[in-house]
Amino acid sequence: MAQRNKKQVFHIKKMIYLLLGVTAVSSVALSFRTDALNISRKETTEEPVAEADSIVSKKAFLQAYKVLMHPRCMNCHPTGDRPLQGDDSHVHTMNVKRGVDGKGLYAMKCSNCHQPQNTPGLHMPPGNPSWHLPPADMKMVFQGKSPRELARTLLDKSLNGHKDKAALLEHVAHDTLVAAGWHPAEGLAHLPMSRAEFVKHFKTWLDKGAYLPDK
Amino acid sequence: MVKLNINQKEYSVDASMDMPLLWVLRDLLGLTGTKFGCGMAQCGACTVHLDGDAVRSCVTLVSRAVGKKIVTIEGLSPDTTHPLQLAWKEVDVPQCGYCQSGQIMAAAVLLKENPNPTDQDIDDAMSGNICRCGTYPRIRKAIHLAAKMQQEGGNGK
Amino acid sequence: MTDILKSSRRGFLKTGAVFGSGLLISFAVPGARRIASLTNAQGGMFAPNAYLSIGTDNTLKVLLAHAEMGQGIWTTLTMMIAEELDADWSKIVVEHAPPGEPYKHPAFGIQLTGGSSTTWSEFERYRKAGAMARALLVQAAAARFGVQPSACKTENGYVIAGDKRASYGELAADAAKLPPPTDVPLKEAKDWKYIGKGAKRLDTPAKINGTAIFGMDVHFPGMLTALVAHAPVFGGKVKSFDASKAKAIPGVRKVVQVPSGIAVLADHYWAAKKGRDALKIEWDLGPGTSVNTTQLFADYRKLADTPGIKVVQEGNADAAFSKAAKIVEAEYTFPYLAHAPMEPLNCTIKLEDGKCEIWTGTQAPGLEQAAAAKILGLKPDQITVNTTFLGGGFGRRATAACDWVTEAAEIIKAHGKGTVKLVWSREDDTRGGYYRPAFLHRVKVGLNAEGAPIAWKHMIVGQSIMAGTMFEVMMKDGIDPASVEGVNDSPYMEAIPDRYIGLHSPRNQVPVLWWRSVGHTHTAAVMETMIDELAHTAGQDPLEYRRKLLKNHPRHLSALNLAAEKAGWGKPLPAGRFRGIAVHESFLSYVAHVAEISINDDGSIRVHRVVSAIDCGLAVNPDGVKAQIESGINFGVGGALTSEITLENGRVQQSNYHDYRVARMFDTPLEIEVYIVDSKEKMGGVGEPGVPPVAPAIANAVFAATGKRLRDLPFSKTNLKA
Repeated sequence: MAQRNKKQVFHIKKMIYLLLGVTAVSSVALSFRTDALNISRKETTEEPVAEADSIVSKKAFLQAYKVLMHPRCMNCHPTGDRPLQGDDSHVHTMNVKRGVDGKGLYAMKCSNCHQPQNTPGLHMPPGNPSWHLPPADMKMVFQGKSPRELARTLLDKSLNGHKDKAALLEHVAHDTLVAAGWHPAEGLAHLPMSRAEFVKHFKTWLDKGAYLPDK
Repeated sequence: MVKLNINQKEYSVDASMDMPLLWVLRDLLGLTGTKFGCGMAQCGACTVHLDGDAVRSCVTLVSRAVGKKIVTIEGLSPDTTHPLQLAWKEVDVPQCGYCQSGQIMAAAVLLKENPNPTDQDIDDAMSGNICRCGTYPRIRKAIHLAAKMQQEGGNGK
Repeated sequence: MTDILKSSRRGFLKTGAVFGSGLLISFAVPGARRIASLTNAQGGMFAPNAYLSIGTDNTLKVLLAHAEMGQGIWTTLTMMIAEELDADWSKIVVEHAPPGEPYKHPAFGIQLTGGSSTTWSEFERYRKAGAMARALLVQAAAARFGVQPSACKTENGYVIAGDKRASYGELAADAAKLPPPTDVPLKEAKDWKYIGKGAKRLDTPAKINGTAIFGMDVHFPGMLTALVAHAPVFGGKVKSFDASKAKAIPGVRKVVQVPSGIAVLADHYWAAKKGRDALKIEWDLGPGTSVNTTQLFADYRKLADTPGIKVVQEGNADAAFSKAAKIVEAEYTFPYLAHAPMEPLNCTIKLEDGKCEIWTGTQAPGLEQAAAAKILGLKPDQITVNTTFLGGGFGRRATAACDWVTEAAEIIKAHGKGTVKLVWSREDDTRGGYYRPAFLHRVKVGLNAEGAPIAWKHMIVGQSIMAGTMFEVMMKDGIDPASVEGVNDSPYMEAIPDRYIGLHSPRNQVPVLWWRSVGHTHTAAVMETMIDELAHTAGQDPLEYRRKLLKNHPRHLSALNLAAEKAGWGKPLPAGRFRGIAVHESFLSYVAHVAEISINDDGSIRVHRVVSAIDCGLAVNPDGVKAQIESGINFGVGGALTSEITLENGRVQQSNYHDYRVARMFDTPLEIEVYIVDSKEKMGGVGEPGVPPVAPAIANAVFAATGKRLRDLPFSKTNLKA
């Protein structure tokens, strides 16, 4: 029942904002409007949302964002086809390219240098058994994105490898390559929170309605 | 004892599992065609094939090579007739020559996976191999030539 | 080093005297016996001089007085012998000569490969070596055939008279008994088969199948590998150390202290490295901690305010500026640069029963021999030096201090006896000093109403390479020629009535050295970007402007005009592409480059194409000349765009190729075209002269693209996006 009511409320809002959109466009209006769209998309996935709460959801995402945009995560989610390196996120030294499967190209495949484990020593290649970038057909760009843009990207099934929310959560919570973020090579900055904390924030963001942050 | 398959031969070598493959090849087995340049996968001089991939042996622990097929420059062809070697000779690519084993091993993977590489493909494949003598234009030319030779049914591998 | 060459022969004669041994090598046979003993000759081997021998199996062995480090002299010197000898090219074996009188540089007086001088300096000696051998073989054949020598001809390893013929191998024993002729005629140029035409590199086959042996590849059973922990600051000394953890590493055999640090000796590199990582060392860092490159340039800037040592003074530059219609002023900075050859430094040394043998890739085997002898208390002739292939040199493998061979000798001395291979890691190499010195130039130029320079004041500040070394004898009045070459002898200067060139050579703890093209690495960049700037200030085309100023310098002009023509100077380019031009003489050769660049979206520079022309006189091996210019261009691209060594509190900030960025495939021009001027002029070098015009050609193209003058190297320092 509660859902149904909400649905109606949002339909009304949507109409109002469509009208508003015609007369005046403000950032507030736009932000509201996408929230509304977001919710309606949720309905089509028929996922239960227990306690939607835009404030808690957005806040949680902003916490998770600190991890997602940290060099340990973002370096493999670049805008271009070249991964980034180091705490300053410079373009990977030898101009490594993504390749179709995200695993590099020819004589410059990720695993040619990146071992199943970190290679000890400063500036040595970090390692993970499945070190790679997102594939070419699902680049999952983080670099340069605002919280709002990133949240939208993560939720967009056409961009995220057709992951629903459960799959998204599964990915951040259990993917072995995501784990590499918490095992930086020597001398590299650590992520600002534990994986458990990150997953908690990520889950809260989803559970509380997967709201897009305002900016 | 670590058992390794190198250039289609079985080797048994007394190495600790955390020793990079490079030093097993060079210091324990005397296969010195594979070169030490940087020790951190930056220069590509140590490139060998591990199950067909152009791994940097300076950071590849010998444990990773167990049960896989290792090919070094010494085993690329039995008589220096791999199309790349023929092309390298034709174009007179090497100068000091120290990086060329790694260059050829890297190029071999490129040609295997892309028989007709563009200049961009060559950049994308070969930028991990440094040549301080700057033989890059000749490397590029020789790769194109080898691709042609391979396609024309020269000594294709 | 050009000045070394120019003052030549006189200068180095003087130097030679300091080195304490005879100078000009008698061409004759003292080497013959030596060679025979060296090569375990079987009976019948024919070694008419120190540079070649012929075995009964027809093998022609050529001994190189110079070291092959990529520049191709393995082939070029051999071509000279083969040319005169009419040798069978397929039967040639080449080896590096040991240290010895016959192998001293004909101009330098010490055994040294450098200064882009091998080909021109050996052009007589190596041809004569071949011609002499041929004369003896002909004489032996004539006796055997019962004909006059004049009835014999030679062809592809045979002496032929009528229908008789004998291979050189068959004649070797007879020829060996004949007295060598005092002089032999050389072929006329029209009869050359190799010279000016070229030959495939003789070292290519071994360098593409892993069989070429570099110093790093030398191995003996029971040999230990040594890595040395060096002080983190130049000049630092070991205060105390604890090797207990290092010794606990499996494979580590010994830890010894040497003057340069603590050496860990182990069964192989990996154990030695782990051992070294486990050392605990307390250092007495000394005054070297005061070096900060940011501060260094600030200090240099202040020094440039004062007149320094007068290098050139004509008229009164300061006064003349008041007559100038326009004045251009600029300051340039150049960082320290590491050579970073692909093969890190290494040396294998064996000491047994008062005899020592060394295997290393060196540009100066005689110096290494003397250095090791001194440390080990042996006479130089008790030390055999085997020069392997060099995995790149670029000047790094020619230090007056013989730093790495000295270190190896100290290790074997501390170890007692046996065989040890000293290996430097890449980090040791990057942080080990002997850099191209950092330099600051300040230039003020006055132009007349027509835009021609009439007053030039030029301050140069940077460490001397030669001061405090055995090469100090090359300095005159406190001026290191390697600091000012390319400015004081610039062809642009002579027409300027009022000019002053001043030099400061401050000292600090950072060891410095010649780096491929030496002083020209910075002077050419300054001169050729300044000339470009003057052209634009005068509202003239940079090519035309140069042509006017260089009207009395035909070799500069021939290179400049050929490069400009082939590059299509003045013709339209695709959108976003821009050209820059530069011309410079160094090492007796004249090189012009036209660079085509674009600016990438991220503000970095992409060099698409370089069209180059060189006047080096006779090009003995034209493809070899082209290869060296290509090489110089790409070496120069790295230096211009990305390479830089910085120090903070005496500590070198870079450590390996990830932060000491050299040119990679994607950085380098897709197209390099090299044209050789058809020249009958004096021969010059080719190993280095391709480097100096690269940076200014790129900088001038960047100006064309952006209106920005790049005066601080590397160019990656300047954000071109803004």
